[in-house]
Amino acid sequence: MTIKHHLSDELLMAYAAAELPEAFNLVIASHLSICDECRARSMAFDALGGAVIEDSTCEMSAGSLEACLSRIEMLPQAVVPERRHSDAVLPAPVLDYVGGGLSSVKWRSLGMGVRQSILRIGDKGASARLLYIPAGAAMPDHGHRGMELTLVLQGAFRDEADRFARGDIEIADSSVEHTPVAEAGEACICLAATQGSLKFNALLPRLAQPFFRI
Amino acid sequence: MAADVEQTDWSALVFRVRDHQDRAAFAALFRHFAPRVKAFLMKSGASEALAEECAQDVMATLWQKARLFDAERASVATWVFTIARNRRIDALRKSRRPEPEDLPWGPEPEPDQAEVFEAQQETERLGVALAQLPLKQRVLIERAYFGDLSHSEIAAETGLPLGTIKSRIRLALDRLRQQMDVKATEK
Repeated sequence: MTIKHHLSDELLMAYAAAELPEAFNLVIASHLSICDECRARSMAFDALGGAVIEDSTCEMSAGSLEACLSRIEMLPQAVVPERRHSDAVLPAPVLDYVGGGLSSVKWRSLGMGVRQSILRIGDKGASARLLYIPAGAAMPDHGHRGMELTLVLQGAFRDEADRFARGDIEIADSSVEHTPVAEAGEACICLAATQGSLKFNALLPRLAQPFFRI
Repeated sequence: MAADVEQTDWSALVFRVRDHQDRAAFAALFRHFAPRVKAFLMKSGASEALAEECAQDVMATLWQKARLFDAERASVATWVFTIARNRRIDALRKSRRPEPEDLPWGPEPEPDQAEVFEAQQETERLGVALAQLPLKQRVLIERAYFGDLSHSEIAAETGLPLGTIKSRIRLALDRLRQQMDVKATEK
C-alpha cells in the first residue's frame, strides 16, 4: 500500500500542540495509525515540543518537590494500558469511537446506497462521520464552509484531479468544489471531519450584540 | 548552549526511578523539568497556581509511568512535553486528542544505548537550531506550541497578514529541517 496524500506540516504541528478540534485530531490520529511516514514526522513535531519546553524556565514554589513526592506516595500503581491495534479497515482511534469494528457501525442511509454514521464528538468545533459509498456512486453533495479532512479507509475515490485510496488524506477548504466518485469494484469507506458545525449558531450572538449594547 | 556544558543523561535518571524508585534521581529530574513544565503551562495561559499544580502532576506522572517511557523513540524532554500537553488539555479544557494506535513494539527494559543517545541528541540539536532561528520565526513556533493564540488571533494582535504568519512558520520549519540535516550528516 502506497499512501500518496499526506498530512501537512501545519496540521501535524497543530496536532502536536493539541490545538485542533477533536474531530480533526481523530482523523489525524487515524492517518498516523496507518501511515509510517507521517507517524515519523509527527514524532519529530513532538521532539520540537520537547525543544520548546527546554527553552524557558521559571521558579517553582517553596516545598514543591516535597509536595510532589507526597503526591506520588498517594498515587495508585499505574495500570499499563492495553496496546491498541487497528483492524483491517478501522484504525484504532476509530475503533475506540465506534466501540467495535465495521459490524458495530450504526449506519444511516442517505439514499442511493450511500450511508453515514456520525461519531460522538465532545466539542463542537468540528464533526466527524464515517461514510459508505457504493462502488461507482458519487459522494453526497456536502457543501462545507470550513476545512474538511477526509481519510480513505477502504476502496478509493476519484475527483477531477486526483485519486484517493486507503490511507490517503484529502485536505479541502471551503473553496474546493468537486464531485468525488467511488471507484468501481469495492465500496469506499471514509472518515471525514468537517469544521464549523456551529457556524450557524454562532451567528445568533453576533446578531444580538448591537441590541444589548444599547 | 555551548557544547562544553556537561550533558545530563536524563533517560538514565528515569530508569533509576523506574527500577529503584530512586528519589535522588527523581529530584534531579524535578529540578530540571518541573520549572520548565510550569513555564510552558503559564505561557499556555494557566495561572501561576494552576501551572504549579499541573507541573507537580506532570512530574508525578513521570514517576508513575516511568515504565512506559520509550527512550529509543523519544528524549525525556519530548516525553515530558507529551505528558504536559495532555495535562494541559485537561487543565485548560482543550479538545480531546485521540492518539494513534500503539506501535507494534513497546519500550524495551534494556534499550539500545546508541538509539537512546540519538533521541536525546536530536532534542538537543533541535534546541540549538530553534535558538538560531531569526527571532520573528522562533516566537511564532513557540507560540504555536504554547497554543496561547490561534493564527488568526496572532494576526489580529500583530497586524501581520495571516499569509505572512503561515509563511514565516513554513520558513522556520524549513530552516530547522536544514539544520537537522546538516548536523546529521556532520556526525
